[in-house]
Amino acid sequence: MFKILSAGRIAPREYDLWLSAPRIAAHARPGQFVVLRTDEFGERIPLTIADFDRDRGAIRIIFQVVGKTTAAMASLKEGDTILDISGPLGTPSEIERLGTVMMVGGGVGIAALYPIIKGLKEAGNKVITILGGRTSDLVIMKEECAKYSDELIITTDDGSEGIKGLVTDAMKSVVGRGEAIDHCWAIGPSIMMKFCALTAQSLGLPIWVSMNPIMIDGTGMCGGCRLSVDGEIKFGCVDGPEFDGAKVNWNEFMNRMKQYKDEEKISMEKYEAEVGDLSWL
Amino acid sequence: MAVSRTKTPISEQPPEERIRNFSEVCLGYTLDEGQAEASRCLQCKDAPCVPGCPVAIDIPGFILAIKEDDMPKAVEIMSRHTNLPAVCGRVCPQETQCEGVCKLGKGKGFEPVAIGKLERLVADWNYSRESSRKTDIPEKKIGRVAVVGAGPAGLTVAGDLVKMGYDVMMYEALHAPGGVLMYGIPEFRLPKSIVAKEIQGITDLGVKFEANVVIGRTITMQEIMSEFDACFLGVGAGAPNFQGVPGTTLNGVYSASEYLTRINLMHAYEFPRHDTPAKKSRDVVVIGGGNVAMDAARSAKRLGADNVSIVYRRSLNELPARIEEYHHAVEEGIVFNWLTNPTEYVDNGEGKLKGVSCVRMELGEPDASGRRRPVVISGSDFFIEADTAIEAIGQGANKVLLSTFPELKLNKWGYIDADPNTGATSVSGVYAGGDIVTGAATVILAMGAGKAAAVAIDGYIRSKKQTPR
Repeated sequence: MFKILSAGRIAPREYDLWLSAPRIAAHARPGQFVVLRTDEFGERIPLTIADFDRDRGAIRIIFQVVGKTTAAMASLKEGDTILDISGPLGTPSEIERLGTVMMVGGGVGIAALYPIIKGLKEAGNKVITILGGRTSDLVIMKEECAKYSDELIITTDDGSEGIKGLVTDAMKSVVGRGEAIDHCWAIGPSIMMKFCALTAQSLGLPIWVSMNPIMIDGTGMCGGCRLSVDGEIKFGCVDGPEFDGAKVNWNEFMNRMKQYKDEEKISMEKYEAEVGDLSWL
Repeated sequence: MAVSRTKTPISEQPPEERIRNFSEVCLGYTLDEGQAEASRCLQCKDAPCVPGCPVAIDIPGFILAIKEDDMPKAVEIMSRHTNLPAVCGRVCPQETQCEGVCKLGKGKGFEPVAIGKLERLVADWNYSRESSRKTDIPEKKIGRVAVVGAGPAGLTVAGDLVKMGYDVMMYEALHAPGGVLMYGIPEFRLPKSIVAKEIQGITDLGVKFEANVVIGRTITMQEIMSEFDACFLGVGAGAPNFQGVPGTTLNGVYSASEYLTRINLMHAYEFPRHDTPAKKSRDVVVIGGGNVAMDAARSAKRLGADNVSIVYRRSLNELPARIEEYHHAVEEGIVFNWLTNPTEYVDNGEGKLKGVSCVRMELGEPDASGRRRPVVISGSDFFIEADTAIEAIGQGANKVLLSTFPELKLNKWGYIDADPNTGATSVSGVYAGGDIVTGAATVILAMGAGKAAAVAIDGYIRSKKQTPR
């Protein structure tokens, strides 16, 4: 059992939990994730470790409500527990001094990007961060990212904050003004990562992306998370979650993410029938 | 009274009924049936069944106790040798072990004694009792041992070492102990309540257990080695292989590991009561010929598939699955495509599987395994319509622990290089056994390796601490 130390809503349908998990906190590194199961009937879902505090023995999970499990997690409060948490899993990000890095985050992917931003800044890089969302409310962790960034650029689709446009527009303008970028990272919805990868390629920049496929065990045992990278089958959980964005087969990946759409709908409808209105999410 | 030539019949759920549920197929002997079967045993002085058993159970001993209606004695004899009798009685390949060498079975027209079914009877009888017999466990502890992986090998090491007087901590990466007994073998062959009882028996002896601990990640091997006197690695061969034919990443194509884990560990057959789903299938093709392939095919049938077929590149003679599993599969309407191999998973145009392109094979010269090597018959291509394909072609070593512990020497197949007699590895105080050493094998071989490693670990710690026995 893992105790929730604090719980809060940080954006529409996005929630922030700090959990007591001393051993995971002690070993977690940027880019890693946990697999959790809320109760004995629960599914195992992967969630990125958004932050960790070794002194408090705590890890931070930020998630978006996308289905039954995350909807149920949204109603968890301080003092509640999560039955199983396994981690830290996955290959950590390669944090080293690269020079200047361009960090692109979108939606709840910003939470996964944040520890890498922090790590790269602490490793002595010049960090240029671009955070994007549909609207201002959905761009999370702005202050935290700003703290570890030399420059923070915000883009919104509706122009409610920062530049009106897409994160890829900001990527081009940073390079266009003559900034020499050594490496990029992009974490967010698949479609955003795909276009960030294409943009980086057109700018001649290497880019890491963090994949979030459907997983069960998260330790390389089921192969459900497989994806094609440079024509080869890789397991998202152990070979990743980070891959070279230029080599990922995006259309195949996005197709695999839809596998259980019908079943997810059945689960969600059953949950709504049990708990009632979920418009507060 | 003349000895019956054939085994005492055992009741099973009829095929037409059992393909609609996940309850156990074989219902087990009653005490009367068990006594009748036990009386077939010749009580050989030099009983070949005992060395035929990887954990050397005193088989004539417990069978005599059944015959004499002394079930507590049968339990006592059996528990001297095995911590998992209810499991082994169900899933051991007895036909190639104890029953394969049974002298009664050597007689013309005679079947061997049903040793496995009698083992199961004793174990189940014991679990049906109100209170189990207590084992005397030494209070003073000789040392501390970490067991990594709570599958058949780890459970055996843990049980044996705690009985010898060790403080044993067993870690499991998943949320439940049991390893392949939980995620791999289906409920209809090995009920999870039985697995839970066997594990309870081991933790009742004093073995401490913690789930959700991925050694190498949650705790490092360096931490394990500094905190414990010795450790045993029984992490299994859990990484599924794929043949790598085109279309492997299409929706509808699974590894048997994923398919069975969803159903067994995650209870997908009880979706949506349990959150993890399994896709409804109409036409299922399973690739492979081992027990895992039979399990996947029979599970697909139970989930409601209309047509389930197995594609195997060799013939029935070479089938690695237990013959009992093959017979059960045939009874349940599973169709076998012998001497067949998939060449492509075909896309329906929307990223989903439409069917499997296959070729026919013929058997050529024997290969390294001694089995005749299948060779493609050119121009023999054909197509099987399917919305689900499940590859059950074997598993390799899981790299999570191994990649974080480079000091550990591996063999050329990527498994841990360990002494076959003791489980000793290239790192002092680190022992290994089960599938992570041998590659995917059987529950009982993993248990045999566990028993040997427990003895070796005891010797290692005693010599290190110079504690006389």
